[in-house]
Amino acid sequence: MKKDLIDIQDLSREDIDELIAVAEDIIADPDKYAEKCRRKKLATLFYEPSTRTRLSFEAAMYELGGQVIGFSEANSSSAAKGESVADTARTVACFADIIAMRHPKEGAPMVAARSTHIPVINAGDGGHNHPTQTLTDLLTIAREKGRLDDLTIGCCGDLKFGRTVHSLIAAMHRYPGVRFVLISPEELVIPEHVRTDILQANNIEFLETRDLEAVMPELDILYMTRVQRERFFNEADYIRLKDSYILTPDKLTYAKPDLAILHPLPRVNEIAVAIDSDPRACYFRQVLCGKYIRMALILKLLGVK
Amino acid sequence: MIIGSIVNGIVIDHIPAGRGMELYRYLKLDDMECEVALIKNASSDKYGKKDILKVNEVIDLDFDMLGYIAPQITVNIIRNGERVEKVHPKLPETITGVLRCKNPRCITSIEQELQHVFKLTDREHGVYRCIYCDTKAEKQSLV
Repeated sequence: MKKDLIDIQDLSREDIDELIAVAEDIIADPDKYAEKCRRKKLATLFYEPSTRTRLSFEAAMYELGGQVIGFSEANSSSAAKGESVADTARTVACFADIIAMRHPKEGAPMVAARSTHIPVINAGDGGHNHPTQTLTDLLTIAREKGRLDDLTIGCCGDLKFGRTVHSLIAAMHRYPGVRFVLISPEELVIPEHVRTDILQANNIEFLETRDLEAVMPELDILYMTRVQRERFFNEADYIRLKDSYILTPDKLTYAKPDLAILHPLPRVNEIAVAIDSDPRACYFRQVLCGKYIRMALILKLLGVK
Repeated sequence: MIIGSIVNGIVIDHIPAGRGMELYRYLKLDDMECEVALIKNASSDKYGKKDILKVNEVIDLDFDMLGYIAPQITVNIIRNGERVEKVHPKLPETITGVLRCKNPRCITSIEQELQHVFKLTDREHGVYRCIYCDTKAEKQSLV
């Protein structure tokens, strides 16, 4: 039976551990994997703009010895003529061995997956899911901390609309000893379904707070996200809150020396550029992890050993 | 008020008061040629008030969907004037082509002929979510 990756919860903890192990092996010995996908084609069907995700998928396939076809905007595909996602996927499946799809509509990659016999990877469907970003985050944490259990993970910024935070919590709560510190303005706290269906339902320890500096000494991971102006109904609230969550060197004064600072990128101003040279800033190493974990994922879904 | 008893047919009992007409429309009872009675606001020891539907013909019913509409419904099958079966519908695991996803960002809003499918995510509270976008179904969103 073919496998797809639509939602991070499609993967068991064992699946994730296996992907991380393969990614580590690729990092250790990339030559071993240089021909693994020879004569295989990845189709990148990107209906909306992307820098990191699309280039990461393409680089991953090239480094596995495979080839890439596809489009990077809906206007250059038959979608502009009104073709359905299902028909596009069926067509592309005649030319490619695996699909990575980004689409502004939630659930579009699932429609593609149900329409074809080849594996489909969700490369982001609107504000809904972005499972390969979560895999990227997990590999980064595993590499930076040497483990995925016994961690205090701080998530800071827009926790309401930030899909990467929801997926990170969904994936990480399965590891023992993981505790979450959720730092956000009142207006952007995590959605009720994440609090009840994931955290409370599984008896996961978590703290909700407004004060980043107060909790900084506790954190092993700080996962920053952008506070989005357009989400506020009240401009005065936005102005009052926006600077609370800009990470500057002075806010790291009481942070652990081995804190790992992650960000799904792109950043705007929520992490000061001065932080970039701090060894605890992992977000550009995180981008590189994105390529390796996607290589591991392509191998897994194609059934290549 | 007296409504004659039926000989061969079904009685859908314990419909929440006020939702009998919704069920009447869902089951397309308008199209039936047999006798059909909708009793509104009948007194109920358990619920205070309830609606009841009586159909003087045994029709095929999707019991699971009735369970979704109102879990406390009971369906009595009547043959030769006697109740031969009493069914307590259960919540179905998936509901296909009945509910509509109202999320404008969902792929169901643009994809041609894509069936709307909802999955049961919380049996205790009867919560259904769209399989594509995870939006919670609203009880009033019957197609």
